[in-house]
This record gives sequence, C-alpha cells and structure tokens, in this order.
Amino acid sequence: MEHKRLTLFAGHYGSGKTNIAVNYALHLAKEGKQVCIADLDIVNPYFRTADSAKDLEKAGVTLISPQFANSNVDLPALPAESYRLVQDKSIYGIMDIGGDDRGAYALGRFTPAILREGNYRMAFVANCYRPLTRTPEDALEILQEIESACGLKFTCLVNNSNLGPETTPETLLDSLSYIEKLSELSGLPLWLHTVDCAVAQGLPETVKPVLPLRLQEKYFALPSQKPQNRPLWG
Amino acid sequence: MAERVLMKGNEAIAEAAIRAGCRHYFGYPITPQTEIAAYMAKKMPKIGGVFLQAESEIASINMVYGAAAAGMRVMTSSSSPGISLKAEGLSYIAGSDVPAFVVNVQRGGPGLGGIQPSQSDYFQATKGGGHGDYKMIVLAPASVQEMASLTIKGFNLADKYRMTAMILADGTIGQMMEPISFEDAEIEAYEKPWALTGTNCERKHNIVNSLYLQPDELEKKNFERYERYKIVEETEAMWEEYMMEDAELCVVAFGIASRVAKNAVAAARAEGIKVGLIRPITLWPFPTKALNAAADKVKGFISVELSMGQMIEDVRLATQCKRPVTLCNRCGGMIPSPDEVLESIRKAQKGEF
Repeated sequence: MEHKRLTLFAGHYGSGKTNIAVNYALHLAKEGKQVCIADLDIVNPYFRTADSAKDLEKAGVTLISPQFANSNVDLPALPAESYRLVQDKSIYGIMDIGGDDRGAYALGRFTPAILREGNYRMAFVANCYRPLTRTPEDALEILQEIESACGLKFTCLVNNSNLGPETTPETLLDSLSYIEKLSELSGLPLWLHTVDCAVAQGLPETVKPVLPLRLQEKYFALPSQKPQNRPLWG
Repeated sequence: MAERVLMKGNEAIAEAAIRAGCRHYFGYPITPQTEIAAYMAKKMPKIGGVFLQAESEIASINMVYGAAAAGMRVMTSSSSPGISLKAEGLSYIAGSDVPAFVVNVQRGGPGLGGIQPSQSDYFQATKGGGHGDYKMIVLAPASVQEMASLTIKGFNLADKYRMTAMILADGTIGQMMEPISFEDAEIEAYEKPWALTGTNCERKHNIVNSLYLQPDELEKKNFERYERYKIVEETEAMWEEYMMEDAELCVVAFGIASRVAKNAVAAARAEGIKVGLIRPITLWPFPTKALNAAADKVKGFISVELSMGQMIEDVRLATQCKRPVTLCNRCGGMIPSPDEVLESIRKAQKGEF
C-alpha cells in the first residue's frame, strides 16, 4: 500500500472515520513509520480518537486531541498542536475530520498548507447502510458539501459499509455495486474496503484492498452482541 | 428479512417520527440530541415537511402546541435543561388536551450539569415537571431499535389519549449505533374532530384552550382528564421480564442502566444467584402490577439508576414496601459497570439491603 505524508478521513457522521483513522495509524506504525494522528472533530463530543489513547500510545503513535474531548465541556476548539501535522514534514500525519460539512469547516484553516505541500490523500468514508448515505446520490451530496466547506477535494473513497455487530462478509459484498456507482458519480477511485477483522477473514480474495479493523468494545453491549473469538490487532 | 440500516439512536427517533406521519419538527439545538434536529433538517424539506429551528426552547414547544391544536402530528426534542424550559408549554398542552410528541435525551444535572448520559429527569418526566395536575406517557427505550419502535408507539398513544408522549432516553442511547429495521411500524390513525382545521362555515368552531373562567368547570375538566389517565394506567403499561421465573432477587432498571444490569444478572446467574430483571418500558404508567406480583416471590429489589435514586420511590410504592429496596447508582454522567451492579446483587443475596 502506498502512503501519502498526510491522510485525511472525512464523511457523514457515524460513517466510521475515527475507527478507520485509528486503525490506519496503527497500520502505518507497524510498518515502522513515525505517525501522528489528530482528532479534528469539533462536532461530536463523543466516540473520540482519545478513546483509543492506550492502543495508540502502545504503538508509539502521537495523539493530538482537543483538550476537552470526553469531558463535560462541549467546546468546539482545536489544540494548537494540530499545526504540527502540516508543519512537521518528517512525520506521517493522519487527520480525523468531524462529521458532515459542519465538521469539515475546521479543516479549512489547514487547507492552504495542505495544498502547498501537495502530498496528501483525502478519503471519503462511506457506509451504504447509514440512512442518510443509503444511495450513491445521497452520499455524493454529502461528499460535495464537505468539499465546499473545507476547500479541499477528495482524492479517493473508503468503503466502510457495515451493520455493526451484524456485519457478515455478505454485508460488504452487497455494498460493492453501491461503491462502484459512487466512484462513477464522483470520479474518485476506491482506495480501501474496511471491515471488522473477524469478518475480513471470510471475504473472497477478489475483494481488495482490505484494511481489517479492530474495533473498540462497548461494555453496555448486550450479552448477545459480544464479539466472539475476536483476534487481537496484528 | 426487512431491510437493515445502521443508525444512531437519535437518527432512529427522527426517521421513525417521519414514518409515523410527523411532518412538523420544531426545536432548538442541545447536546446530546442534536442529530434529531440535523436529520430533520436534511429530510423534512425533501418530503414536504417543516423543519424549524426556533429562537428558543420556549418558542419551539409553543409551536408544537399550535401545530398539535391544528391536528398535526408534531414533535420537538431536547435534553435536560432544554426540557425544563419547555415545561410551561407541556403544562399548557396537557391543559388543552392536545397530542404532542416530545423527546428528552437526558444529560447530567442539575443546572447546566454536563453532556454525558444521565437518568436524573425521571421525576420531571413522570411526576409532571410543569405546573398543575397532569401526566405524560413516558417511554424508556433500551436500544436503538426501541428508539424507533417506541417513537411510533408514542405518536399513536399521544393521538389515542390526546396527551403528550415523551421518549425519556439518555446520551448513550442517543449517540450509540446499532443495526435496526422498521418492519414493525404500525401507524394508527385517529379522528381529530376537536382540531382547529377551519369550519368552512359548516360547523361550530372548535376552541383549544387551557383557561377556564369558572372553577367548577376547571375542576370538572381535571376529573375528566384523570378518568382518561386511569384507562392509560390500566391498559398501557409495558415492561420486560428477564430470568424472573425462579428469581429470589429482582433488579429493576430502565434504558441504558438495564443493559448494564442485564449483563450483571447473567454474571450473577453464572455464580448460582437466582436473580432476575424487570425493565419498565413505560415509566408512566409504571408497571405496578408486575412489580407488586414480584414482591410476593422475591426477597428484595435492587433499583439500578443513573441518578441519586428516583425510580426507587416508584418501586417502593408499587411493591407497597413489602420487601426491602436498595439502590445501585452512578450519576453526573457516569454509568455503573456490570461489576458494580453484580456487587450489589451479591450483597442483596447475603441479605444486605
């Protein structure tokens, strides 16, 4: 897999950006890269990159997270250290952008620097099982709204079509025509399929490239929803 | 199998409301329920509905009052401090006997509190909240699927009894994502001969109002309203029983707390402790009969709540204090772990209440 110096994940809220950004950061770190991940979500105060702080630290990934993430302060402010991603060219930077166009406004301040350097990949994360991106046309609408909000153009698509704990290989296979259509409408190539690592094992080899994800566990999951025999990352 | 979609709890409420025929949404943003408004803002213009961000919570609840008086299926949503602001309007809506649908995705309180999940608006929802004698039907979903199905149920009940139906959820269920389907959506239609729809000079005009000039008239209205509430209490209580058949202890919990409690009950069963769970799905009407029946079988109750202990009072009333009731709680935005609930169960097993 070829990597750009900067990788940006954006999309509809709840599309899976944070999980993918964290897993991609861990993937890069495993290849021996020096990685820094920044949580630029100013919209949703829950389910943050910081939830994976321990895993990231263990892998040697630097985490830049808003000071008040996961606290009771609903303050949409970015930490000053976020600038490190565009200024320190010795690192691989990953940006986890907030949901929809409103989340992408925060990215706008970095746009001139990102364009100047010209070494970035910006991925639109799509899940065809999310109600507001159910059709390729609906997804395209959100994609374009994000582009106008941040002033950057997407360069590729990530297919993260899943049904949470009910995801099976068929769930992903059923989404292939959707992501092809979105690729055709947007003119953007598919970069990755992303799926829970337990499910990834059941995919045919024709589905590629795949980034298997290790997802965060919820302790309020019902007994019936607990993942069985989940392999650990790596 | 019906089509599955992956939804946040808040989105599930919004989509279910649209499917229930709601075409009027009035609200004011507040975390952690903003996705309801965001979803409505995106969807309503595409289906000929109205999404309006009002200038305040007070304005939005009065817009709900107006649209409800016109016979529309209408809703608003907010979170704890916002619901306090809406309390006056809720009282007027009750006093005028118009149906409304309201969502409270609770956060920690009192005051501005915090944005993390809580269940500390139980009293406010079930005992009134606004002034005067009135009740609201209070539904407590414990999954994203129930956020959807109880929304549709709520619209139906509101129309049936000309009352406010409130979803009392919390930040966790509002924000979490689960796969759901809308296959069970059963939309009931009720005639609204009282609605302000224009007379066309063909009938006597209707009046929607909560002001009565004569005290005896107001008293009569209140008596009539409570006759209606009595029917609701007798027929509409909903609850779930889990492992109660041979239970010697009973955990009572609703919403997100019931999910944690269910894991704790399963863990306690593995240790050989005969414990079950009663999960109220309607908080008003409270499942009094189920709890009173359980009180004749079990040696005690454990109320698991994300508050300083509010539902516990209804558990005591329902069981007529026949058995001891103990509290297992976290608050301020914290959620008890299954281990904390399990520890309470172990203590109760030893007779420590």
